Amino acid sequence: MARDDAGALLEPLIPALRRYAYSLVRDHAAADDLVQDTLERALSRWFLRRADGDLRAWLFTILRNLYISAYRRRKRHGTEGTLDDAALPGTAPRQEAALEAQDVLAALDHLPEEQKSLLLLVGVEDLSYGDAARILGLPMGTVMSRLSRARQRLRSILETGLETGRTTLLRRVK
Amino acid sequence: MTGNDAPVPIGEDELQAFVDGRLTGARQTAVETYLAAHPEIAERVALERQQRVRLRGQLESKFVEPVPPRLWIANIQAARRGRWLRRGRAAVAAMVIFAVGAGSGWFASRLQPLQSAAAPAPATAAVAQGAAAAYRTFVVEVAHPVEVGVSQEAHLLQWLSKRLGRKLAAPDLTAFGYRLMGGRLLPAGSAAAAQLMYDDASGRRLTVYVRAAEGTETAFRFQQEGDAATFAWIDQGFGFAVTAMADRDELLPIAEAVYRGFGGVDAGGPRKG
Repeated sequence: MARDDAGALLEPLIPALRRYAYSLVRDHAAADDLVQDTLERALSRWFLRRADGDLRAWLFTILRNLYISAYRRRKRHGTEGTLDDAALPGTAPRQEAALEAQDVLAALDHLPEEQKSLLLLVGVEDLSYGDAARILGLPMGTVMSRLSRARQRLRSILETGLETGRTTLLRRVK
Repeated sequence: MTGNDAPVPIGEDELQAFVDGRLTGARQTAVETYLAAHPEIAERVALERQQRVRLRGQLESKFVEPVPPRLWIANIQAARRGRWLRRGRAAVAAMVIFAVGAGSGWFASRLQPLQSAAAPAPATAAVAQGAAAAYRTFVVEVAHPVEVGVSQEAHLLQWLSKRLGRKLAAPDLTAFGYRLMGGRLLPAGSAAAAQLMYDDASGRRLTVYVRAAEGTETAFRFQQEGDAATFAWIDQGFGFAVTAMADRDELLPIAEAVYRGFGGVDAGGPRKG
């Protein structure tokens, strides 16, 4: 039955799911919670997956949607830095420890989720541009320009981090 | 900045594909030539490539880490099955409930004829036909897919139970992504049939059909009509059918889940028969 080969198909993909989850939440236990939720959902909808669809892309879509709904909820309760933080220096913006030029992963945290996911899915997970577009719900035509913008932003964050040395890096919002 | 030395124009998209190492052959060479002539852009592209490689490097240890047991598929499946059984026993995931006097080995033996493709009892075929016809009629219905909606679930089930002459509970199919929409009453010969309709997130519909039927128990009967697949069976004077736009392998676990409800309830306490 279909359910029995689920394990054989899913298991090789778990390391990549854990890596993506960890890059998003930056906490090992929370990342595994997210992966567990993803796998449970995938198993409960196993027969609903499209036979011709890419299993990996489907799993990344589930994981990202779970992440977004969970973290949006948290964000709404107001612990996250906002646009206002950057605009108003007097409001004690969220501060980070000094950012090493080498620490691309930490720099990624300063990007909006979509740009961050795009860099991870394309640059780390090696998903095709088409799959990345589907996972992020973007038209195929905009993926490349978003990717270019994300890399540009990452560069500028890392450059700023380098210039400011051991001082602090403010959350950058354009 | 861009000289007239570049024979084929190189766009930003192509530079990004270059950063990702996804160009081949002539385009790869063209980009390399272009970058050789544009050191500023070359520097930027080199930096982006470097950052990409660094990010991968930073995450490599996470990738090669052993997967913790709680994420092993077998363990997740076992936990799911455990939840299922507990729910069944508590009759929370209540199925179509009525008195059956059968043992626990019943379910296994009942599936046997399915494998051997034994000729189904004619009564089962009639139930499957009725269910498929009702499915065809109402599954395409947009304005009034159900007679009584899920907002009045208690009333719906009470009403259908009364007309059917059997206590009816709506099977919980959320584990399969299907939610109850509501139900309706249908004619079935001289008696009545109940149709419960479900849909999933993508709008696919599934029906559970119940009516009086002759016979005590039969094997699952599978029937495919166009896109619609039906599993039907008869039990203690009632016929059941589960119909959906699905293939046999997709539908079987759902039909089994509906069916297993009896087993769960049965195992939970003594039956009267």
